Amino acid sequence: MPEEDQKSDNQTKQGGFLGRLLSMPNDSIVKTVFMTVMVCLVCAIVVATAAVALKEKQEINKLVDVRKNILQVAGLDDDSMSMEDRFALIDTKIVDLETGEYVDELDVDTFDQRVAAKDPEQSVELSDDEDIAGIGRRANYAKVYLVKDDSDQVNKVILPVHGYGLWSTLYGFISLETDLSTIYRVIFYEHGETPGLGGEVDNPNWRAVWNGKQLFDENGEYNFHLVKGSVNPANAQADYQVDGLAGATLTTNGVSNLFKYWLTDQGFGPYIDKLRTSQG
Amino acid sequence: MSSETKEAIYKPIVDNNPITLQVLGICSALAVTTSMKTAFVMCLAVISVTALSNLSVSIIRNHVPSSVRIIIQMTIIASLVIVVDQVLKAYAYETSKALSVFVGLIITNCIVMGRAEAYAMKNGPFHSFMDGIGNGLGYSAVLMIVAFIRELFGTGKLFGIQVFSLTKDGGWYEPNGMMLLAPSAFFIIGLLIWAVRSWKAEQVEKRDFEIYSLHRSEAH
Repeated sequence: MPEEDQKSDNQTKQGGFLGRLLSMPNDSIVKTVFMTVMVCLVCAIVVATAAVALKEKQEINKLVDVRKNILQVAGLDDDSMSMEDRFALIDTKIVDLETGEYVDELDVDTFDQRVAAKDPEQSVELSDDEDIAGIGRRANYAKVYLVKDDSDQVNKVILPVHGYGLWSTLYGFISLETDLSTIYRVIFYEHGETPGLGGEVDNPNWRAVWNGKQLFDENGEYNFHLVKGSVNPANAQADYQVDGLAGATLTTNGVSNLFKYWLTDQGFGPYIDKLRTSQG
Repeated sequence: MSSETKEAIYKPIVDNNPITLQVLGICSALAVTTSMKTAFVMCLAVISVTALSNLSVSIIRNHVPSSVRIIIQMTIIASLVIVVDQVLKAYAYETSKALSVFVGLIITNCIVMGRAEAYAMKNGPFHSFMDGIGNGLGYSAVLMIVAFIRELFGTGKLFGIQVFSLTKDGGWYEPNGMMLLAPSAFFIIGLLIWAVRSWKAEQVEKRDFEIYSLHRSEAH
């Protein structure tokens, strides 16, 4: 467009420091540096503005999303009731992972396990042997969710779990029946695994396989794991096994390890023991 | 609208379609087309990025040193993609989760960079903006066609609404699982290119070399 070219030429002929810079030949070193710095600066401002301005909305979305996942894992995914009403059926508690006791001093609304895991005063560092889930530090406390039925009886316990897969930390929930060994549902609400391979942890068909599997054998020993390929139903161990994800061995191992970590002594082991004895 | 503007918008939709003629941006066309909803959001994201990146590159085109022009274009494109990603996370959280990495991968989508380098560096801001919208639409047209076929035959749904009743629910349609896998998008895009080129024969590329059958006496 010739007239537009002229216009921008006119602009560059105006005086001042900026005008002189802009009227320099494009390939001079000063102008090259000037242009790159300017472009970076403008882009940085645009990106930073967008990130800061939208942060609040994104945080709310994340919270709603976590709640949706909790409701789903609790089996309360009936949309006819509002989210608040359904969430009212869930009792949120904070557990001291060391002792397995409930803690009342901490506020359930503000406690954030991820933040706590980074704070040296609220977490413990894990040795390489202990850290099979690849999480580095473990918070001293964790939020658990007790799902109550209509007659106010707890009928499911939801535990948060996380651990490293292939590329990313997977965050999820597992819900257990009242015998504290039978899996009701499992869900991963945040991960960065390869879509189509490890990302299949989201796949509802695969998640459905978990329903009814057992975590602990008759002696109360943790016996659950994911197997390569699919589980042979004739196998005596079939109740303790879940199919691995095809083409995602490392994600599968990660998932296997993170459940082992969180459901044994290092994780919710003491809490599960406490619940069992209280049931008699 | 002047004829030039019209051309900038309409030409990339069929005559110079970035996917079927230029064969650019295939990667994301495979990945996000299993459902029409995600494909639609992806289309909006790509249209806004191509349009805005063309616009911004065109505005500064007379002052971009040629030695760093590619990296300047990349910086602009990458920033726009991050902004789009942030907006999606704020206003379309579910879909942005389904799109996962592919929004970020718009940065490497050849269409965006190709238009910035080939068109926006040489034309004024308004026409560049229109060209960006046109190319975004061209990409979207193909994406929506592919997503339509894949979602309909893969799950019997359109935009998540059941259209064919499935056999597992007592209906007549047995979903074709292959439609949900990446290779099916290759087949569909291939057939689409074939169809477009039969309709618009001028898009058929000249052969690089011709194979002649020699007479026995010519061969030594």
